[in-house]
Order: sequence, then C-alpha cells, then structure tokens
Amino acid sequence: MQIRSQKDFASGLMFVAIGSVFSYIATTYNMGTAAKMGPGFFPFWLGILLAVLGAIITMGAMSAKKESDKIDQWHWPSVLWVTGSVVIFGVVLAYLGLMLSILVLVFISAMASHEFHWKGTIVNAVILNVIAYIAFIWGLKLQFQVWPSFFTA
Amino acid sequence: MELLDNLALGFATALTLQNLLYCLIGCVLGTLIGVLPGLGPIATIAMLLPATYALPPVAALIMLAGIYYGAQYGGSTTAILVNIPGESASVVTAIDGYQMARRGRAGVALFTAGFGSFFAGCVATLVLAAFAVPLSELAFKFGPAEYFSLMVLGLIGAVVLASGSLVKAIAMIVLGLLLGLIGTDVNSGAARYSFDIPELTDGIGFVAVAMGMFGFAEIMANLSQREHRETFLDKVTNLWPGKEDFKRMMPSILRGTAIGSLLGVLPGGGASLASFSAYSLEKKTSKYSAEFGKGAIEGVAGPESANNAASQTSFIPLLTLGIPPNAVMALMVGAMTIHNIQPGPQVMTSNPALFWGLIASMWIGNLMLIVLNLPMIGVWVKLLTIPYRHLYPAILVFCCIGVYTVNNTTFDIYLTAVFGIIGYLFAKLGCEGAPLLLGFVLGPMMEENFRRALLLARGDFTVFVTRPLSLGLLIAAAALVVIVMLPAVKKTREEAFVEE
Repeated sequence: MQIRSQKDFASGLMFVAIGSVFSYIATTYNMGTAAKMGPGFFPFWLGILLAVLGAIITMGAMSAKKESDKIDQWHWPSVLWVTGSVVIFGVVLAYLGLMLSILVLVFISAMASHEFHWKGTIVNAVILNVIAYIAFIWGLKLQFQVWPSFFTA
Repeated sequence: MELLDNLALGFATALTLQNLLYCLIGCVLGTLIGVLPGLGPIATIAMLLPATYALPPVAALIMLAGIYYGAQYGGSTTAILVNIPGESASVVTAIDGYQMARRGRAGVALFTAGFGSFFAGCVATLVLAAFAVPLSELAFKFGPAEYFSLMVLGLIGAVVLASGSLVKAIAMIVLGLLLGLIGTDVNSGAARYSFDIPELTDGIGFVAVAMGMFGFAEIMANLSQREHRETFLDKVTNLWPGKEDFKRMMPSILRGTAIGSLLGVLPGGGASLASFSAYSLEKKTSKYSAEFGKGAIEGVAGPESANNAASQTSFIPLLTLGIPPNAVMALMVGAMTIHNIQPGPQVMTSNPALFWGLIASMWIGNLMLIVLNLPMIGVWVKLLTIPYRHLYPAILVFCCIGVYTVNNTTFDIYLTAVFGIIGYLFAKLGCEGAPLLLGFVLGPMMEENFRRALLLARGDFTVFVTRPLSLGLLIAAAALVVIVMLPAVKKTREEAFVEE
C-alpha cells in the first residue's frame, strides 16, 4: 500500500474526522424516532455518511490506478497577511470607525504583495475611503461608526 | 393568451423608471466587478448583496439578476482580453476568444460574445415564461417526500455534471449540508453545533461562506503566485464583424442557445456545464474544426450563447420549485430570504408582479448589457490595467463592508476570515467549493422535508420509494451516478474537463 494521491489521502482523512465529530456531537442531542425525529437524527446520519465517503476517498488514494499528486506548499505570508488584515479590521471597526479601519485594512493586506509601495498604497486607501463614503454612507445609508469613537463621543 | 397577459404584467412592473434604474445599476456594477480577474458571479453577487438591502423586494431581485448577467458578461471580457476566465462558465471562451484577440480580432470576439448572449437571453426569457406556469402547477403536487427526493436529484446532478472527483464532490455536498444545520433547530428549538456562541445560534451566514471561500481564498491563491500576463488591451478596435463572420456565428449561436436553455433547467446544470457542452458540440459539428483553439469564431459564439441561455433558464427550478440548481442560484435563495421571499411555486400566485417583473427584467437587462457594454468596452478595458496589488485590497474592503452589513456584527467578518482559510485549504486539497455552497443552502430545507415526510408516513422509510413521483426522482438520481461510473462515460467526462 502506498499513498499515491496526497490530496485525496489528506482530504479523505479530513472528511472522516469532520464527519465523526459532527456525529459524535449529534449523539448529545435528542435523537427521537423516525416518526418524530429529534434534532440529533439528521446530522448524526449525515456525519456517518461523510465519514464513510471520507474513508472511500482515503482508500482510493492508495489504489494503484490512482494518478499520483502532491499537495502544494502553503504560501503562509499571503494567508496570514490577508486573514490578519481582515480580523484586525473587525477588531478596530468599532473604535476607529470605518474610515480609519479601511486605512488599516488596506495597509496590512498590501503587505502581502511582492510589490508593496508606500505611495501607491496611500493613494489606494484614500480612493477606497472616498468610494466607501460616497457609496455606503452617503448613497446606501448603511449604519456604520464612520469616524473614531473618541472623536464623536 | 395567458402568457401574453403575464408578460404584459411583467413589463409593466419592470418598465417603471425606478426598476429600470436598478436594472441598469445592477448590470453596470455586475460588469464592473465581474471584469476584474478572478472574481466570478458568486463572489460578485455576494459582494454586491448589501447594495440591495434597502430596496423593495422587486427592485432588489431585478438588480441582483442584473448583477448576475453583468458579472457573466464581464467574465467573458476578461477571458477574451486577458485569458483569465473570471468564472468557470467562460473557461472555454478563453480558448478561442483569446486566440482571436492575439490575431487582432479582440473587438469582433467581444461583439460575438455580446450578440450571442443577447440572442440567447431573448430566447431563454421566453422559455422561462412558457415553462413557469406548468412547472409550478406540478410543484403543488409535491409533498415533502417528493421535495426531498428532488433535492437529492439536484445535488447528485450538481456533482455528476461538474468537473473533478465524484466522491469528493459528494463529500463536499454532505459537509455543506452539515454546515447548513448549524444553529437553532426549527422544530425543537434546540441549538445545534453552536458551542454557546450566541451568534452561531442564528446559523452561519451564507454571505460569509460564499465570500470567504470564493473571495478571500481566491485572493490568497492569486497572491502566492507571480504571474506574467500577456494582454491585448490597446488593440480593441473595430467591433463590427464582417459578413462572413455573421454567417459563421449564427448557426453556432442557435445551437448554443438550444443546448444552453436545455441544460440550464436540469438540476445541477447551469452556465458552466452549458458552455462546456456547447464548445464540444461546436468542435464536433463545425466545418472549421481545424481552426478551433486558434481563434475560431464558433468557439466564442456557441459557448457564450449557451452560458447566457443556461444562466437564465436555471431560474426555472428556483422560481417554480424553490430548489436552486447550482451555487449561483443557491445564493439567490439566500438573497430572496433576506427580503422575506420564500422561493417556491407560491411566489407566482401570491406575488405575480414580482415573478413576472423579474422575468421581464431579464430581457431588459440583456438588452441593456449589449447597448451599454459595447460602447463602454474602453472603460472595462481600463479597469483591467489596474495592477492586482491595488485591486485585492479593494476587494477585501468591499467584502468586509458587505459581510458586516448583513447583520451589523463583526462576528461575521471573523467567520468570513475562517472560511477564507478553509477555502484555501480545500483548494490545496483539490476539493471544489461550489457543491459545498449548494449543500449549505439546501441543508435546512432538506432536513425539514425529510422530517416532515417521515412524520406523515409515521416513520416508514419506504415513503420515498412508494410514492411514484418521489421514486422516479430517486431512480433518476441513481441512474445519473451509474451512467457517470460507466467506464466509457467516465473517460469522455475526464477528457471534456481536461480541455480547460
């Protein structure tokens, strides 16, 4: 037995794990009977189904006929800068307001690019602020803390 | 003629100044975002959804439909000029469209795509109007058992007809169904999988899932590779095709429209499948098959007509049965729910102005797109010259604002970030996101009908096979799986998708 498709092997195991967790948690809910199902019934069987499908995929990954493939390397810098910038945007939004938060989001996410320039990023952030103000605050009248809370309070 | 009366009502609704304006805004915004490389209709609709919140339901749906067509049109423009299909439906357009652009015929390719789409849109609108009434009458005969079986058929259809590994796609659907169950169970009021997080008791927002997996994950993937792109932005002159071009494109447009209208209605069908099938058909039937891959006009006309026809007829199952046949329509279900419309056969009777207005607006939207986009090609081309390093922070900003405004909570922003990473992981593992999204939207509906069917049958599981309609649907689903598993079909299916 040899793992021929890394992608299928790993995703299969992932499905088995997720399916098992969903089914396990479902057992803590009321299962009920087929005629009067509780909240646990449907997710329990779906979880089992997912685990079984995962097992099939994992086995298939070791079949001799399977084309072999490798999982590509994760490009951690892009993942972290992008995710980080979004999470920080969420954290600061209530305190800094939309305008400054956009600035923060644009700057942090721009770090992920190979071609980061201060000047270009500033221009970009300003343009996006203007668009956001006109479109969302003025045009669509969406409810936002626009300016920092320590200014307006 | 009832059909004419209905259409008259539709046009009366769609032709009000207000609705015309929203249709126009939708088309423009959709094209604007859709033209950006790497943003397909799913990400575009999710991103622009907040723009429709404040509108009355009719205007909101008209605008969303406009966004959808606009995004698709924008996607073809990008495919032809930059060889980056913005969405799977324009993958095949990129093959010959880009080659036409390389030979200095970018303008003609763009015109062909636009004209083909318009023609297909007109026909598909009529098909939609004609089939809507009988199908929704059929839908009233459906009980919970039939609905459950229909959803099974739809989900199986969605994976069978898509590319990639069958078992993996089914697993993604099941995972989507499970994620859809997170939140409060409507029957018992019990909170499921919410781990005492109050925001999770309302369930995961579909906007967060769609934006994370189709917006953020895409950005991460794009950033990790340095790409050199050869573009033909300055060469878009002379839009008008010659007489010979017209002669060659017309049969392709007709065939594309027919195949697209048909495949759009099928559960699991939709724009991508239609354009792939149309391309293979053109390649097989054309006199000029040697030219394919080198800039054959048929290779643009066929698939572009087909994907537009299909994207319109895929509204049929959504509007008449309430079942979304593909991921884009699943998103429309979510959008309709936000506006308190439960999609299904009752929409037509309880809200005829909305129903027929939407249909009429589709035709108007198509007309607007061709009138608007051909002269405005220069503007879209300019957009394509914006470097990606400026583009992706902008996409992030709009996604964050969009997802925040659904419920005015930052929790949804974090959730989107999580789904971004999940989407990136899935891409690395070769798992497709679209089936998951479809399952996610159908999850609660499926459970509801499953439970109701068994309640009515007093726990007898044979109810799904003893009711003839339900049995027929399940047999069709099983047949689909068997057919795909057949060695001969399996081989052609793999070949068909290798053409990418």
